[in-house]
Amino acid sequence: MTHPGEITRRQLLRRIGMTAFVAGPGAGLLSACATAGTGGDPTAAPATSIAASADPKNPFGVDAKKPLEVVIFSGGYGDAYAKDLHEELYKKAFPGVTIKHTATQQIGTQLRPRFIGDDAPDVLNNSGPEAMDLVALAAEGHLADLTPLFDAPSVDEPAKKVRDTVTPAVLDNAKIDGKDLVLNYSVSHRALWYNAKLFESRGWAVPKTWAEFTALGEAAKKDGILLFAYPGQKGPYYQLWNVLYTAAKIGGNQIILDIDNLVDNAWNAEPVKQAVTVWADVQAKYGDKAYFGLDHTQTQIKHLQNELLFYPVGSWIENEMTKDIPLDFQYAIAPIPDVTAADKMPYGAIQVGVGENFVVAAKGKNPQGGLEYLRIMLSKEGARGFTEKTKNLTVVNGAAEGVDLPAGLISAAKAQDAAGENIITDARFEGWYKELFDYGTEQINVVMAGRITPEKFCANMQKKADAIKKDDSVAKQTRSQ
Amino acid sequence: MERLRRYGFVAGFLVVPVVLYSVFVISPYIQAFQLSLTSWNGYSSVVRYVGLDNFGRLFEDEVFWRALRNHGILLLVLPIVTIVIALFLSFLLNLGGGTRGAGMRGVWGSKFYRVVYFFPQVLAVAVVGVLFQAVYRPDEDGVLNGVLGRLGVDPVGWLTEPGLALWSIIAVMVWQAVGFYVVLFSAGMAAIPRDYFEAAALDGAGRARLFFSITLPLLRDTVQVGWIYLGIAAFDGFALIQVLAGDKGEPDGATTILPVTIYKTAFAYNKVGYACAMGVALFFLTVTFAVLTLRTTRRERIEL
Repeated sequence: MTHPGEITRRQLLRRIGMTAFVAGPGAGLLSACATAGTGGDPTAAPATSIAASADPKNPFGVDAKKPLEVVIFSGGYGDAYAKDLHEELYKKAFPGVTIKHTATQQIGTQLRPRFIGDDAPDVLNNSGPEAMDLVALAAEGHLADLTPLFDAPSVDEPAKKVRDTVTPAVLDNAKIDGKDLVLNYSVSHRALWYNAKLFESRGWAVPKTWAEFTALGEAAKKDGILLFAYPGQKGPYYQLWNVLYTAAKIGGNQIILDIDNLVDNAWNAEPVKQAVTVWADVQAKYGDKAYFGLDHTQTQIKHLQNELLFYPVGSWIENEMTKDIPLDFQYAIAPIPDVTAADKMPYGAIQVGVGENFVVAAKGKNPQGGLEYLRIMLSKEGARGFTEKTKNLTVVNGAAEGVDLPAGLISAAKAQDAAGENIITDARFEGWYKELFDYGTEQINVVMAGRITPEKFCANMQKKADAIKKDDSVAKQTRSQ
Repeated sequence: MERLRRYGFVAGFLVVPVVLYSVFVISPYIQAFQLSLTSWNGYSSVVRYVGLDNFGRLFEDEVFWRALRNHGILLLVLPIVTIVIALFLSFLLNLGGGTRGAGMRGVWGSKFYRVVYFFPQVLAVAVVGVLFQAVYRPDEDGVLNGVLGRLGVDPVGWLTEPGLALWSIIAVMVWQAVGFYVVLFSAGMAAIPRDYFEAAALDGAGRARLFFSITLPLLRDTVQVGWIYLGIAAFDGFALIQVLAGDKGEPDGATTILPVTIYKTAFAYNKVGYACAMGVALFFLTVTFAVLTLRTTRRERIEL
C-alpha cells in the first residue's frame, strides 16, 4: 500500500512501475549478474582437481596462510558446531590461519550471485528453504570433486581411507551426474514418533498391524486423543514422506526408486494408492481438520500436550522441541505398522537417511582448505562434537560411542538395529525435482482432507511427473539404489 | 550563459535520481524483458534464447490462469469494498453529525475514531499476517473460532477451506487498507466548501442526499486515485498470502497469485526465463489496468 497525497499522472505511472518492479523481485537481483556473464565457456567438470597425498596431517596440501571461508545454514542445528568446534579444530591443525565464518538462513539470496561471480565461499552448508540447486551449480563446474576427500587418509586412523569410515549411504548420496560432489553429514531416522511415557502409563502397546493401529485410534478417541496428525501448514511434506515410506513398506524401495527415476506410471503403482488410501482413512476417522491450518510448531506443541498419539517426523524432533518437553513426555520412534499381511518389508522397517549437505566450491579461493575442513568434520572428534551439540547422529561410523544420547535418539538407534536390512530409502526427487515435490506437498493436503480420491491424487502426481519428464529445461538424475 | 546556468542547475539536481532510477528500476526491467525470451536457469553462464516459447507455455499453464482468476476476484472486490467502507466512515467522521452551529461536523468523537482507523496502516504487512494467523487459527485457540466455540459452532478453517481462503485474505487486505482511505477521503471532504452543504441542507436535503449529490461528485478525483491504488494492490498481496496461506496457492489453488508464483518459479524451480515471462505479463496487466481506469473515468475537472 502506498501513501498518495495529491498525485499527478506522471507520479502515478511511476508508482505503477515501481509496484510491478516489486512484484517481480527476480528482476532486481538479476541486474548485477544475469547477462553480464563471466565470459568463459561453462566447464562441466570441476575446475580444480586436487590430488590427495598419503600425508595424514595435510593430504591436500593446505596453505596455512590462505584464509578459509565457511557458510553455515543456521537452522535447527544452529551454527555452534561449526564455529566452536570444526573451525577450532581447523585452526588447531593450521596455527595462525584465519577463518571467515558466516551463519545465515538466506543461502540462495546471499550466495547465488557469489557463485555466479566466481567469489564462492570455500565450504557451504547448503540447507533450508533457500538452498541452492546443486545440480545447476554442478553443471557450471562450481562444485569441487570430493573423490580426493573420500580417498584421503582418515584423521583418526591414517591407514583407513575416509570412505571406509562413513556409512555407505554417504557415497551413494554424494553423486550428481555420476560425480562425488556432495557430503551428507547427518543421519536421521524417520517414522512415527510417540510419547513412550504415555503409552507406558496407559498400558498401550505400539501397534504392529493396521488393525491394531486403528483399534488404538478407537481407544484414544475415548480419551479425546487423536491417533495421528501432521501439520498442514509449512509441514505437509512430513505427510508426503510418510505416505511414500508407507508405499515403500508395502511395495519395497523400488516404488520410491521408480518415482525418483520418473518411470512411467510410478505414481499409479498399487502400493502408492494403498498407502494414500489408508492414511486418508486414518485422517477421516481419527484426525481433526483443524491441523490442516496449523504449522509444525503448533502441532508439535499439541503432541507434547498428548493431544495426538503419532506424529510423522525425523529424529531431529527431540532436539527441536528440547526446551518444551514436559516431564511426562519421552520421545520414541514407532515403525509404520503393517498395512497388508503381505508387505514387502516386514514390520520394523524404518527410513534411515543421510542429510545436511556440505559442498566445497571448486572455483573458490581455497578448495584445498575446504576439503580439509570436511575431512576434519569427518574425524571422530568432529563428528562426536556435532552429536553432542545438536543431539543428532552423523554419518561417521562409531562416532557417537560414549556420547550421552537422549532417549529418543536411543530409541531410533535401537529401531535401526531391529530393522536390520529393512531400511526404507529416501525420496530424492525432493532435491532433484523441487516442482514435483512442492506439488506433492500441496496435493497431499487435498487428498488427506478428502477433497480428491487417492486415485485422483496418484493421477495428478503422475501428470506432474510426466510434465517434468518432458520438460528439457529440467536436468534429469537417476539412481539405481 | 544565463540559460546554461539555469539548465545546468536543474540538470545537476536531476542527474542523481535519474541515474539511480535507471540502474535500479529501468535496467532490471529491460533485463526482465530480455530474459523472458531465454531459458536461463539462474546459474548458467550461457543464456540460450528460445524466442516466445515462454509466453506460449504461459498460455497453457493452468497455474497462471488460476492466478489470473484470483487477481480478477481481487480486482473486483478489493477496491469496491474498501472504497465503500472508507467513504461511509469518512462521511460519518466529517459530515455525519449534520449541521450544528457553523458548518457540518462529524459524529461525536470523530477525531478519536480517525486515529483508530489509521492504526492498521501503521503495522507492517508481516505483522498483520502474523496477527491474523492468530485470528484465523483453525482450532478453538483462534480468536474467531474461540468466539464461535462459545456459541457452539464448530471451528471453521478460515484459511484451509478452498471456498473461504481468498475471502479471508481479502478481508485482511480491506481491514488494513480502509484506515488510509478514510484519511484520504476525509482530506478530500475537508476541501469541499461548507456553504455547498449548508445551502443544500437549507433546501431540505437529508444526509443521504447530501452524500450522493454533493460529497460523492466532488470527491470523484480522490476516489479515482484510490481506485487505482487498490487495483495495483490487487496485483500484489505477496507478503500477506505468503504468511497466511503459504506459497503454493493452498488450499487447492484458491490463493495462487502471480507475484508468489513468479518468486517460486525463479528461485525455487530455477526457471528464471519463464518467471521473467510471467513478470512481463504482470507488467502489462498492471499497466493496462491503470490506463483503462484513467481513460474510462476521465472527465472535465470541476473547479471548486
